[in-house]
Amino acid sequence: MNFQIPNFILATPEIWVLSMACLVLLVDVYSRGTDRNAAYILTQITLATAAVLTVTFYTGERSLIFNNSYISDAMGTVLKVCVYLITAAVFVYSRDHLRERQLYQGEFFVLGLFGVLGMMIMISAHSFLTLYLGLELLSLSLYAMVALRRDSADATEAAMKYFVLGALASGMLLYGMSIIYGVTGTLDVGQVAERIAQGGGQNELVLAFAVVFVIVGLAFKLGAVPFHMWIPDVYHGAPTPVTMYIGTAPKIAAFAMVMRLLVEGLGELHGHWQGILIVLAVLSMGLGNIIAIAQTNIKRMLAYSTISHVGFLLLGILSGTANGYASSMFYVLVYALMSVGGFGMIVMLSRAGFEADRLEDFKGLSVRSPWYAFMMLILMFSMAGVPPTLGFYAKLSVLQAVVDVNLTWLAVMAVVFSIIGAFYYLRIIKLMYFDKPTDTAPLRVNLDLRMVLSVNGLAVLALGLFPGALMDVCIVALTR
Amino acid sequence: MFSGLPLLSLAVWVPILGGVLVLTASQERQANLAKMIALVVAIMTFIITIPLYTQFDVSTFQMQFVEQHVWIAAFNVNYHLGIDGISMPLILLTSFTTVLVVLAGWQVITFKVAQYMAAFLIMEGLMNGVFAALDSMLFYVMWEGMLIPMFLIIGIWGGERRVYATIKFFLYTFLGSVFMLVALIYMYIQSGSFSILDFHQLKLGLTPQILIFIAFLLAFAVKVPMWPVHTWLPDAHVEAPTGGSVILAAIMLKMGAYGFLRFSLPITPDASAQLDWLMISLSLIAVLYIALVALVQQDMKKLIAYSSISHMGFVTLGFFMGFEILHNTTSVQGAAMGIEGAMVQMISHGFVSGALFLCVGVLYDRMHSRQINDYGGVVNTMPTFAALMVFFAMANAGLPGTSGFVGEFMVILSSFKAGFWIAAIAATTLVFGAAYTLWMVKRVIFGDTANKHVAELTDINRREFVVLGSLAVAVLLFGVWPAPLLDVMHSTVGHLVEQLHASKL
Repeated sequence: MNFQIPNFILATPEIWVLSMACLVLLVDVYSRGTDRNAAYILTQITLATAAVLTVTFYTGERSLIFNNSYISDAMGTVLKVCVYLITAAVFVYSRDHLRERQLYQGEFFVLGLFGVLGMMIMISAHSFLTLYLGLELLSLSLYAMVALRRDSADATEAAMKYFVLGALASGMLLYGMSIIYGVTGTLDVGQVAERIAQGGGQNELVLAFAVVFVIVGLAFKLGAVPFHMWIPDVYHGAPTPVTMYIGTAPKIAAFAMVMRLLVEGLGELHGHWQGILIVLAVLSMGLGNIIAIAQTNIKRMLAYSTISHVGFLLLGILSGTANGYASSMFYVLVYALMSVGGFGMIVMLSRAGFEADRLEDFKGLSVRSPWYAFMMLILMFSMAGVPPTLGFYAKLSVLQAVVDVNLTWLAVMAVVFSIIGAFYYLRIIKLMYFDKPTDTAPLRVNLDLRMVLSVNGLAVLALGLFPGALMDVCIVALTR
Repeated sequence: MFSGLPLLSLAVWVPILGGVLVLTASQERQANLAKMIALVVAIMTFIITIPLYTQFDVSTFQMQFVEQHVWIAAFNVNYHLGIDGISMPLILLTSFTTVLVVLAGWQVITFKVAQYMAAFLIMEGLMNGVFAALDSMLFYVMWEGMLIPMFLIIGIWGGERRVYATIKFFLYTFLGSVFMLVALIYMYIQSGSFSILDFHQLKLGLTPQILIFIAFLLAFAVKVPMWPVHTWLPDAHVEAPTGGSVILAAIMLKMGAYGFLRFSLPITPDASAQLDWLMISLSLIAVLYIALVALVQQDMKKLIAYSSISHMGFVTLGFFMGFEILHNTTSVQGAAMGIEGAMVQMISHGFVSGALFLCVGVLYDRMHSRQINDYGGVVNTMPTFAALMVFFAMANAGLPGTSGFVGEFMVILSSFKAGFWIAAIAATTLVFGAAYTLWMVKRVIFGDTANKHVAELTDINRREFVVLGSLAVAVLLFGVWPAPLLDVMHSTVGHLVEQLHASKL
């Protein structure tokens, strides 16, 4: 057996993030008192450098290393850069919030970085084992982050639920993977696809069985109905910065996982998984949008809104065309951008002893701060999918993908649910613009948060006026 | 002097950017500055749109003042603008009405003045965009984007039940439009382009045509609004501030009708022909039943709102009875006359209903009541105003010599070719329209001074006189001399009727 030294260069970003996460951990040990700025600044530098490294070492073609278990391709590069950007925004938004609650600890940033590393591995995984490794690295970091406020009953309960259900989902996923291994004799995503194409026929039933388990695992991680139960509780119980973290970047990684597993590995079985995804998508869009109406807590409302967005996201994937995958990728990036802004608003309104996570806390925001009320207005209309905001084009592209494969009825269902969804987004705007403020405390917020939040909101509007570039990036990333 | 300038882009973007500029003066003490900027922008936009009329080539049905740039390459969406004889008058109507709306809000709006003005200016740009868009995705973006400022206008500056009204308005119109979106995507998949003109050429089978027609019907019927999806309109009108009501009645309702002309009729002619009985029935129900509903209203704004629905029923009747005329008489002129009459009715209704809402606004600003019973004998204290209001009421009732007469007469005249009963029911509008309008005028304007509040009324000031007076001139002008309006739409409507005549199957 000849052993080749793998081309480590392609994995430089992962190696960099790993080393820096360890460094942040070390630096934090030597930080005195409650000041954790060193860890914070190092984390941001890590993310910025990782972005540069990722772009620099991308060769422009698909390259497999580490015995075909790691892939560097256009989709991975784009998704990773977006993960860094979104995570960096999360950390900017979180800083003051954490400091006011004595949660401004090095652990938050260390765990955050390990989570990013997990996402990077998931995005670049080309073998079931690597994929699982990345997934667990991410999940374990998230479980710990949810429990960061260890003296809070809500947070520990949320962490517990998240851990138990997450472990269950991982088990399902592993079981599915092991069946596939049993049939094909390989863990390599590319080889799995080849072997299924060659001789999948005789084992079709077993493979279909495996697909079900894999999809259940994936649906748990994405939060698609009926595997969504953990989402509202975790979103509600976790500290807002952690919710913001869970609700944004990991969805991008989860999308990558779906792509690697279902599309690249089991693409041949599209006929089997399309039907399952249709059911998941319809249920997610329906249940998510309807139950969101009943929520009075904005974090729970956004949790159900996430579930409905996951339904839309699945529309593009289930279409089974390159165009559809590109539209889902576009959707997930847009979703992450909107969602991080939405949670950023909650963080901005909160202060010591006041979480600002009830809907009423948004009352009269247009009087207290017209500019940020406008930002929230853009974000809410975008989530509802009203042009000319970015969210509309995300919906347009996935709808286009399903109509393209003659599932027009599914597109009609999707738009009907999006109307139901529009109601609860409008309610936030109603509270901000049409009601009188009950809370008149002035907003005291750091400059960096205000800048990033404004850029975030304006990006949703500006990219909505010129959505072509981002769409092209997604299409190029998936068709090369 | 304007040749070479991208006039349509200017008509869209000058008000939008002007609106953003107005927002920079959003401090309460800068209110006067904001109003001045808004007025200048509105007048500038109106001046920009005038060459669209003077340089318009009436001899062709081709799109004019065309601009085309790539917008979203991935979906083959273009920034494609252009106008023909159908859309040009509507753009002029929009920019003219916006000037009046800015003036009408001058003293009435006391808080968030800059935001109010900006919302109207941005909406003006979007509305011009709707009428000028030749790419269906651009059209859709403008069409939906317009809901955002209107949602805020009703919700922030509206009356007591404004939140209910505005959310109902938003969800209703959103509900209609999303089905249109699916239809547009379907046609994009079929034709590979979002261009409306490509859709006109697209061959479609009867079943897809009928489904597309229904999707469009949901979008446009809500906007027009047609019976039975009209219930958002009275609520929205009653709760909206005067300016919002004027824009709703004068322009927004026209968008639904415009949608029928630009999308439904030319894209799905066979489905339209198949389902014309449905459209004619719904239109006649609107004409007759809604007129009866208007008769019993106690609230002036509600009465005018119902009157709008009834008049818009006339417009949709004019569009769709063309198929019956073609079927019965094969007279292309007859069908064209119905459509032209409906279009004149659209423009005229824009002036008249806008004017009536402004009249109610004038009274409401002084008395803070819209109830007919609170008034009586207004002529004694406000003679100038009374003269104007009576004039507009006459126009609403279709008095010869006003623009209201021209459209109604043309539609009724051609409806005789479509069928006796259609004509008979349509003609009742002359009776009922006169009844509810004049009865309202009688109770509000004439009679003895009803109470001490009415006795204390002051007549309209110069600003209000300019607003109402200019509308009166327009109503009278098109009433006695409608030729300029008819000339510009003649070739376009002729071409449209040819499109209806040619089957796509």
